[in-house]
Amino acid sequence: MDRLDRRGFLQCMAWTGSALVWTSAGGVLSSRMIRAAEAADTAPGGFSFVQISDTHLGFKGQANGDAAATLQQLLDRVNALRPAPAFVLHTGDQTHGQKPGAFDALAEMLKSVKTERVFYVPGEHDVFLDGGTEYLARYGKGTVGARGWQSFDYRGTHFVGLVNVLKYKGEGMGALGQDQIEWLEKDLAPLAASTPIVIFAHVPLWAVYPQWGWVTEDAERALTNVKRFGSVTVLNGHIHQVMTKVEGNVRFHTAMSTAFPQPAPGAAPSPGPMKIPETDARRMIGVTEVTLVRRAEPLAIVDSTLG
Amino acid sequence: MKRQIAVLIGLALAASAALAPGSSSVDVGIKEFKFAPAALEVRPGTRVTWTNHDEETHTITSATGAFGSRGLGNDETFAQTFTRPGAYEYFCALHPQMRATVIVK
Repeated sequence: MDRLDRRGFLQCMAWTGSALVWTSAGGVLSSRMIRAAEAADTAPGGFSFVQISDTHLGFKGQANGDAAATLQQLLDRVNALRPAPAFVLHTGDQTHGQKPGAFDALAEMLKSVKTERVFYVPGEHDVFLDGGTEYLARYGKGTVGARGWQSFDYRGTHFVGLVNVLKYKGEGMGALGQDQIEWLEKDLAPLAASTPIVIFAHVPLWAVYPQWGWVTEDAERALTNVKRFGSVTVLNGHIHQVMTKVEGNVRFHTAMSTAFPQPAPGAAPSPGPMKIPETDARRMIGVTEVTLVRRAEPLAIVDSTLG
Repeated sequence: MKRQIAVLIGLALAASAALAPGSSSVDVGIKEFKFAPAALEVRPGTRVTWTNHDEETHTITSATGAFGSRGLGNDETFAQTFTRPGAYEYFCALHPQMRATVIVK
């Protein structure tokens, strides 16, 4: 084997970003990871949207020497989608530890995305230093009480963006809080049970691995409000890997990071960034694309990787 | 003899100076999402320096808000001098399951 110096190693580890494309055709979502110049296969009347997560701008380390470069690779792929995604959901950790200038850098990069709008929810990296002051000054406008959470409807599907990182203390779990859960109950109350629901938030709304804080302590209480709906999809980030779980009518799905992967629950001493060779990296990063098709069956989400 | 006494006094002064408030420093490491040592006992006046050996960013955040760092990247440090006796609990604001204490007495 040829000797590989650190520089060469980092070069061959160049990340390709990852995001999920969710496509909707009338009621059921399906997802797939973005591949280069791949057309989003939307049925007539359907639409697609993209989920990107954990861009961690400002991160620099062995796991990724340039988080902005890998994000740009991803954005190029998003811009190659035909038709263009209706909108983009960023499920948090825009910045790495609120590095100065990182919010601005991300906003600048996302300006190039060919889509109608980008919706945001914060990750703990975006709010831990100042309790969300900067994040909410940028993205709180138009959200409920300027506190960051919101809902909107798009072609018959009801989208809800929740904030579960502002009480990120104690056991290191995400938390929604009483105010937000009460708001969610009222927000969903007028909707018919046949309305497809998509909920997005940063920290998983199911207990992925509480030992590493990969859980939202009051998610179960919040999700009692969606039990009557036929189709519920929950999209999260935070854990930098794809995990899915189906529980009754609810399909949970986490997205990869565009910056670096994290180990599977309990597979390493800590959830720190994984340093992996590119051949493996391409199996650990990717994009999820979701199609929404109105049918009676539960949602079908299919992930594929870049490698 | 006088000279020997002077040397002894000098050594004694040096020894007491090493233990005097503000004169000592202790290091705490951060590795694999843990503070080490997690329970640190120091004398008043000790300067504690934390170094983050992880790639992931961590913080040193006082449970009472008495002190706190920004996000520390790999190999970055933060220092705090503890003058008053007491138990100072702190955690990482990004990974709050990381908890530790500095005991000053």
